[in-house]
Amino acid sequence: LLNGVREFVLLPADDTCPPGDGLPEITDARFSVASPGRSRTMRRTWLDTFDWRLFRAGLNLEQASGPGTRELLLTARDGELVAACAPAPGTGPIRWPALIGELPMGPLREHLAGIVGVRALLPVLRATSVRTERRALNADAKTIAILTSERMTVTQPHRAATPTRIAVSALRGYQAQASKLADAICQAPGVAAAERSAFESALRAAGQHPGAYTSKIDVQLTADMPAVLAVCTVLTRLFDTAQANVHGTIRDVDTEFLHDLRIAVRRTRSVLKLAGSVLPASMVGRYRPEFKWLGDLTTPTRDLDVYLLGYPEMARKLVGAIEPELRPFRDYLMRQRETSQRQLARGLRSARFNQLADRWRQDLEQVAASPGRRPATGRFAASRITRAHQRVLRGGSAIDATSPAQALHDLRKSCKELRYLLEVFASLHDPAEQWRAVNELKALQDCLGEFQDTEVQRTELRAFAKQMVADRSAPAETILAMGEIAAALTARQRAARSEFGGRFADFASPRGQARIVALTRAAA
Amino acid sequence: MKILAAYNIKGGVGKTAAAVNIAYLAAADGYRVLLWDLDPQAAASFLFRVKPRVKGGGKALIAGKRPVDDAIKATDFENLDLLPADFTYRNLDLHLDSERKPATRLRGLLSPLSREYDLVVLDCPPSISLLSENVLHAADLLLVPLIPTTLSVRTLDQITEFVAGFNGRRPAILAFISMFDRRKRLHREIAESLPTQRGDVAATAIPALSAIERMSLERAPVAASAPRSPAARYYRELWLEARDRAGLGRTPARPTALARAIRAVQP
Repeated sequence: LLNGVREFVLLPADDTCPPGDGLPEITDARFSVASPGRSRTMRRTWLDTFDWRLFRAGLNLEQASGPGTRELLLTARDGELVAACAPAPGTGPIRWPALIGELPMGPLREHLAGIVGVRALLPVLRATSVRTERRALNADAKTIAILTSERMTVTQPHRAATPTRIAVSALRGYQAQASKLADAICQAPGVAAAERSAFESALRAAGQHPGAYTSKIDVQLTADMPAVLAVCTVLTRLFDTAQANVHGTIRDVDTEFLHDLRIAVRRTRSVLKLAGSVLPASMVGRYRPEFKWLGDLTTPTRDLDVYLLGYPEMARKLVGAIEPELRPFRDYLMRQRETSQRQLARGLRSARFNQLADRWRQDLEQVAASPGRRPATGRFAASRITRAHQRVLRGGSAIDATSPAQALHDLRKSCKELRYLLEVFASLHDPAEQWRAVNELKALQDCLGEFQDTEVQRTELRAFAKQMVADRSAPAETILAMGEIAAALTARQRAARSEFGGRFADFASPRGQARIVALTRAAA
Repeated sequence: MKILAAYNIKGGVGKTAAAVNIAYLAAADGYRVLLWDLDPQAAASFLFRVKPRVKGGGKALIAGKRPVDDAIKATDFENLDLLPADFTYRNLDLHLDSERKPATRLRGLLSPLSREYDLVVLDCPPSISLLSENVLHAADLLLVPLIPTTLSVRTLDQITEFVAGFNGRRPAILAFISMFDRRKRLHREIAESLPTQRGDVAATAIPALSAIERMSLERAPVAASAPRSPAARYYRELWLEARDRAGLGRTPARPTALARAIRAVQP
């Protein structure tokens, strides 16, 4: 017995007509089953983030609703209850999808907060379950275990029946007897030990694959395959990711849908720019402006998201001002975001986007159907990565204390291109070497990102302040508080600039250079 | 965690019936309850259909060689567990005597259970011994059944006096009239006057009712087998008085039965 519980399923052949509540007949004379059983119908809703963060963390979150009761249960994969909470009296049901802040305060919310972060919890599966409990007795008519049979029908995303489950839950101090009873049940015809949890079983019945979504470019390329085929495979995968996030972006479920969509589009643009030479020139010429349009469409909302997500941190760092003085700025950002979100949703519902989606896929399929042989992916990837690497080294070496900010911005762009190429062709490389190379590059990118982002934010902040003054939507205290934030951004930018030299030296060190060279050589 | 002990020097006064029903009613109200059947006669264990046997016997428990936790059995009622009796409990005095700080050993044994239970009910054997002294030191509230006779009142005085002699913590005392027979004049007089004269006597009196005697046939607390019976009503009133006197707080919020059921069907 695991956690005092052993589970069985009725095999499908016997599942069609189990008597009464579905319990198999127990022929062992040492035990009997008290009747009648208690039956109860429940609605079970399993929740997770779009990218399965709870599943990946080995947790299940379930909302269980029965007659007069509704609660949220967080369990570990082995069924152990981690935390539970019932809605506060007088509050209505939680409307899913919901962000963590919409859950009742308490241990369950605290436990989830670090795992789900900014992602919304959404129903991944809904089911109706009829559960019947009966007491199993020993020869003294003492209850030793609770027998539960559960018939569950998945109702969402697809209607599907799952095998009836039988659980033997030992009462405290009666594990040994309950174990013998479980053995007796296991030997009954048509009964088999349950190999997966109710959730996993329901997922399987509904044809769902937990953990299926990832924003990573998880394609398997080989060095010998034609580069055009590799590029088409990557671009198709990137568009899958983009499209998977469109619905959530339009519905504004959480900010990560837009973030993932935006990254997929940015990667697509980079691939078209850096590796598009293997595709027909007319195709590249046609789609580069279209993906630029799509990228630009997502920019205003994402920029405002970055501000709003960073707002608590920004407010905490105020020195002279206090948070309430900054609130009109937050309200202004939220109003701006509402407007930009509407424009974004309109753009993603537009004929232009739908046409782009249809034709892009068709054209990729068409090109992939007759790929030709040359160049081979390994050599092609090596040449592109080498070229991008050289560009970064040249750009970085040319920067000194007197260089204009633009030089660092250009270098950041080169670094991004190198990063995307490394990620796109990752499956050609040794994973450990790839990880090290990307990590070194990432450290440099973080520094350059901090430098440029703080500058962009400061410029935007000035524009926001001007607009708020013109609109008369902010008192003087708010503008002063925003001034504090602008000053903090300047300090951060200076710090990033002074860090740059060291970070670049690390990246451009002979060891760092050798790492990239080794990667490309092995791939070629 | 509060510890409540049903105790009297005399036997056959309704200790076990009170302990069993109060433990059941507390559990039904949502408290997590452990009933420890300390009486080697094992009446409480019998009533819950639990075999009166503890591996290693009382000696292993008292010596700490076997954790108390291991010997606990679930009853058929939610929130109510039982630490069964064992025939070796007749020698508990000897085992206690061989321990350091023998008078407070029982309290020490129970303290690790404080996270798991809100209330421990001790069903004690009738005696005045080292075990009784342990019970008196461990308990927050002594529940003393009194047959309404003059001698019984003297016994209550003896217990009160004995407890008053303790240094440091002392249990509160709540006596109650037990096995009260309305047809007997002396019973009526004592049952009416005692609660008004003494603050340590409960307002609730438990009459001698056949439903209570039938518990041994039903093998369940009368509050469970006949919840609407007068006997069940009297025990409920007594439980509420004991709850307030013991200073038990409101029932803490816990996952409901549904949560436990869901836990039970996930491997």
